[in-house]
Amino acid sequence: MQFALLIYESPEAFATRRNDRNDVYLGAWRAYYRALVAAGVYVGGNPLEVPEIATTVRIKEGKRGVQDGPYADTKEQLAGFAILELPSLDAALEWAARCPAASVGAVEVRPLAPETHRRITE
Amino acid sequence: MIKSGQDTQHTIERVARESYGRLVAYLSSHTHDVASAEDALSDALVAALRVWPQDGVPQKPEAWLLTVARHSLIDRARHQRVALASEPTLMLLRQDPQEASVAAEFPDERLKLLFVCAHPAIDPALHTPLMLQTVLGLDIARIAPAFLISPAALGQRLVRAKAKIRHAGIQFEIPQEGELPQRLDAVLEAIYAAFGIGWDDMVGADHHGRDLAEEAIWLARLLMNLLPGEAEVRGLLALMLHCEARRPARRGQDGRYVPLSEQDPRHWALPLIEEAERHLAEASRQHRTGRFQLEAAIQSVHAERASSGRTKWLAIVRFYEQLILISPTLGTRTGYAAAVAEAIGPESGLAVLDDIDLHCASDYQPYWAVRAHLLQRLGKAREAFEAFDRAIGLAEDPAVRQFLLQGRR
Repeated sequence: MQFALLIYESPEAFATRRNDRNDVYLGAWRAYYRALVAAGVYVGGNPLEVPEIATTVRIKEGKRGVQDGPYADTKEQLAGFAILELPSLDAALEWAARCPAASVGAVEVRPLAPETHRRITE
Repeated sequence: MIKSGQDTQHTIERVARESYGRLVAYLSSHTHDVASAEDALSDALVAALRVWPQDGVPQKPEAWLLTVARHSLIDRARHQRVALASEPTLMLLRQDPQEASVAAEFPDERLKLLFVCAHPAIDPALHTPLMLQTVLGLDIARIAPAFLISPAALGQRLVRAKAKIRHAGIQFEIPQEGELPQRLDAVLEAIYAAFGIGWDDMVGADHHGRDLAEEAIWLARLLMNLLPGEAEVRGLLALMLHCEARRPARRGQDGRYVPLSEQDPRHWALPLIEEAERHLAEASRQHRTGRFQLEAAIQSVHAERASSGRTKWLAIVRFYEQLILISPTLGTRTGYAAAVAEAIGPESGLAVLDDIDLHCASDYQPYWAVRAHLLQRLGKAREAFEAFDRAIGLAEDPAVRQFLLQGRR
């Protein structure tokens, strides 16, 4: 079963991206990534650029609405995602708890929806 | 006497805590209907919150709650007569509710309830949450996070488990002599899971259930009072008391993680250690060794450092050797490796780790933490760095992660 870990970070956590290689938070992420790979559960994933860079598009009554900034106006913002292959939700929650973002932001766990994917793609 | 509102509130909380499991166990032991017993008791507690501040706390609060809960059960049964009018329910209802309140003495069925909660027909993952809910009356919202599960999902699973207890013919009874050790083991495991501290705290984090530690100790004390002749119950209690004694020393003033070997024994809670030692001594008089007594004995050797200033690692190694014979878990073997490394040398410790199937240990954090430290002591910088990396990546507690990140340098 595949699960997405959706990573939410505070502005402070986003700011660590500008730090050098010795930053503790980035170090924790490197270790976490290697642990995922070593356990054979990592399918894919990527960090996202900071939310200030985001642009949000809507079409309302046939008109394009383009908004500077992210979709949700919250303190913690989507910062990236990882797709993991795991036997159960329990296992996914274990890995989410180990994620460095879990202790400074939040990690949302969602199963992928293969049935919906099939109906869209076939 | 009319007490102030806050006093009454405290009294209700205290009575609820002490009586909850007794009342649920008694009310459900005949009907096997734990859920209805809990509902009836919560009606009684709501009534207490309303009545006691006005009329004062009754002389026998537990009997008062029992009487009201019984009436509530009768009302509920009337509402759903068809569903509930099973013979045992009717038998319970036929007893005069005044009778119990006058005597205020009703049998303590909590031991049976504990055995029901940890019954082999119930999903082992639910044993601990069931106990915390039915025996201690803890809120699902408080139990769920400790087990990394959402309150709604846990609630559903507990409802299903209680339906199974009621319909699958799980008996409210104390297991027969031959069955007892195995069934008791399940109860002890469930209590220990609530305590939630791993195999040893040299490298392990304070695990999920940390804030349930006190509840686990409460359950173990209860079990000890109910089964005073069982050595392993005292063993479990001694083990948890030893670990709990070190809680104040496990964090530095800045919140930093302090491993056992670096803890200042002056910060250990001496009364808890003394109590643990008394239980362990009493258990050993029964001459029936077991997993929890051995684990407690290991912690007892660590605790000796408070008086002797040093750790007798060879004694710890001997206890681990016995423990591995009974319980060759990944945690035990990792702890053994760490002890061997201290008693004999890092190469020997590493050899113990090398015997463990890497596939089993791939996401076991303490294995990688011990491995990293041993490789570092052997001067194998590159391999140590990689092992530290795995340990950091698998760590859940930010303080432990920080500790390992510093050790890696």
